[in-house]
Amino acid sequence: MISDLFSVTVLVGILASGIRLATPYLYAAIGETFGQRSGVLNLGVEGQMLLGAFAAFYVALTTGNLGLAVLVSMLVGAILGLAMAFVTVNLHAQQGISGIGFYLFGLGMSDLLFQKMLGTVETVKGFPKIHIPFLSDIPGLGEIFFSQNLMVYVAYLLVPIAWFVLNKTTLGLKIRSVGENPEAADSLGVSVAGIRYFTIVLGGTLSGVAGASLSIALLNVFQQNMTSGLGFIAVALVYFGGWRPWGVLGGALLFSMVNSLQLWIQVLGIPIPSDIAVMMPYVLTILVLVASVSRVRGPSALTKPFERED
Amino acid sequence: MRAKLSSLFDGLLPVIATLAALAVGAVMLLFLRANPLEAYAALWDGAFGSTNAFAETLVKATPLLLVALGICISFRGDVINIGGEGQMIVGAILATWVGLTFTSLPGWLVIVLAMLAGFLGGGIWGGIPGFLKAYFNVNEILSTVMMNAIAVQLMNFMLRGPMIDPSQAELASKIPQTARLLENFRLPRWAPTRLHLGALIAVVLAILVYILLWRTVLGYRIRAVGQNPNASRYAGINVKRYVVLALLLSGAFAGLAGAVQVYGVNYRMITDGSASGFTGSAGFNGIVAALFGQLHPIWSIPASILFGALLVGANKMQRVVQVPSALVIALNGLVVVFVVSSEIWRRRRQRRRLAAAREDDTPPEPDSDTPVKTEVHV
Repeated sequence: MISDLFSVTVLVGILASGIRLATPYLYAAIGETFGQRSGVLNLGVEGQMLLGAFAAFYVALTTGNLGLAVLVSMLVGAILGLAMAFVTVNLHAQQGISGIGFYLFGLGMSDLLFQKMLGTVETVKGFPKIHIPFLSDIPGLGEIFFSQNLMVYVAYLLVPIAWFVLNKTTLGLKIRSVGENPEAADSLGVSVAGIRYFTIVLGGTLSGVAGASLSIALLNVFQQNMTSGLGFIAVALVYFGGWRPWGVLGGALLFSMVNSLQLWIQVLGIPIPSDIAVMMPYVLTILVLVASVSRVRGPSALTKPFERED
Repeated sequence: MRAKLSSLFDGLLPVIATLAALAVGAVMLLFLRANPLEAYAALWDGAFGSTNAFAETLVKATPLLLVALGICISFRGDVINIGGEGQMIVGAILATWVGLTFTSLPGWLVIVLAMLAGFLGGGIWGGIPGFLKAYFNVNEILSTVMMNAIAVQLMNFMLRGPMIDPSQAELASKIPQTARLLENFRLPRWAPTRLHLGALIAVVLAILVYILLWRTVLGYRIRAVGQNPNASRYAGINVKRYVVLALLLSGAFAGLAGAVQVYGVNYRMITDGSASGFTGSAGFNGIVAALFGQLHPIWSIPASILFGALLVGANKMQRVVQVPSALVIALNGLVVVFVVSSEIWRRRRQRRRLAAAREDDTPPEPDSDTPVKTEVHV
């Protein structure tokens, strides 16, 4: 039975679904990276994802227009981000706790809307697989890398873009300086509030897309609390990745590959209790956090509200 | 006089914030084509309308209060515990195991042992993230969230495997639940309602936690570490030890909440696969109650009753105006956001008071009664 795991088809299957499963984590965690690099911890990611997932699903179900569905999920995420920005930047509210508030809001609200507007679990025709010509014909690799849906490709494309913006542009420099030393940034004429608004709204937008990637690309259903902790894990991946997009990618891939492995273990009927298997990615995340966190230092101003001294 | 009025205003801030959240809720109800007045009336009636309704509210408030007491301890120590759900579950598993194992012992002894087991189980589940934070610098928000997910799977595994009800094990359905506790192992009830001794235990513990935090060296040190870890270190306090202790105690109270749910309400553990299936999200809502009670154990009592009432009343609201009870979860979220946002006015007044005191050249009033510290850094 264990030997089943090592056949080529199964290995390709594990890798391909691992690549796919990383998608929502990538969107949410890259968005969160921007927020945290500017000094804001957004713990409401899960709530933003749930509402984004619902919005995208509902639009896809009623109009069949997937592009519009993604746009609406982005808009919903952006609005929630705007609210979060107002509360943390203007009202200086404790970030961790207000994030929990936004999480509960999204959890209740998405459930409420689901019950009122849909009522039953339905399926929708989500993003189809795109087979990239020639490349997808490569045995093994083709299935793993070049036969995924559009949402998957875009998620991976985001990683180099985020890296470039954060490290090679003036905007990125401003974001980092606001996260490291807001007083100094402020004295040089950088708008701390403006930058933080930008990163939090961007984070909300990407969390909305992360939700959409679940409800109209990966699973093609919407259920109450369908993210079940995924948004919190995305936040963990930012720490895990040392606040760097490539590190986040590594973390998301590791977590998703282990998750994919445990799913295949269940499919193949290998006698490990499924509950224990499901536990594994979480245990692994804690272990890797133990090993990695003490090495990397986070943004100095993370979770600290900025107030100008008059 | 001014100072009195000002502190009264500070105390009223959460109430004002809640009213604001309810007002937003009213707008949401209008969008759902329900009459907000009718909906809130049904909610009130469902929570306080009869002896039985009020008893149900108190039953719901009990785990919230126990979790909130733990949150008071950890947040005062500047450690954020999001792991109430998992800690409740592990506490309940250990407590249930005690009741199913020591069947020949007298009832009162088993109850005492089970409560201690719950305390211990939750303490372990909270202590691990505490240890990881103190000695490996692992962010406790993340580790407690992970520990929640692990606890859920642990529960599912135990209830499907080692702890499954023997009669279910023989059936094809194999419902994942434990056997029922013996009748003399159950917490006494105030018949005919479901109100049980756990509510009284929780209130007594609220007083004890107040004494712990403000009248003992341990509590003083936890608060000192929370307010200023560097100064505490210079004062010779072992900061790491108190970080672990704050999370451990916090988890222990949540674990006790889990044990009380089993011995006071359900008399067995059963899982639908999710955490909230067992906890009813008390691990999260307890945070809300504690914040609302300004992280003060005594004020957490009315706060827990308020949120218990919202949760119980929501069911009646759902029946009367056909608005899903999930609305109340969204409202809870808004209450949290509004309450933490309203803190800015308290801080502003505090600063003005200090400035005024400086001008008068009189020493500022001692601030030891102001329960919430102004910033929690996570």
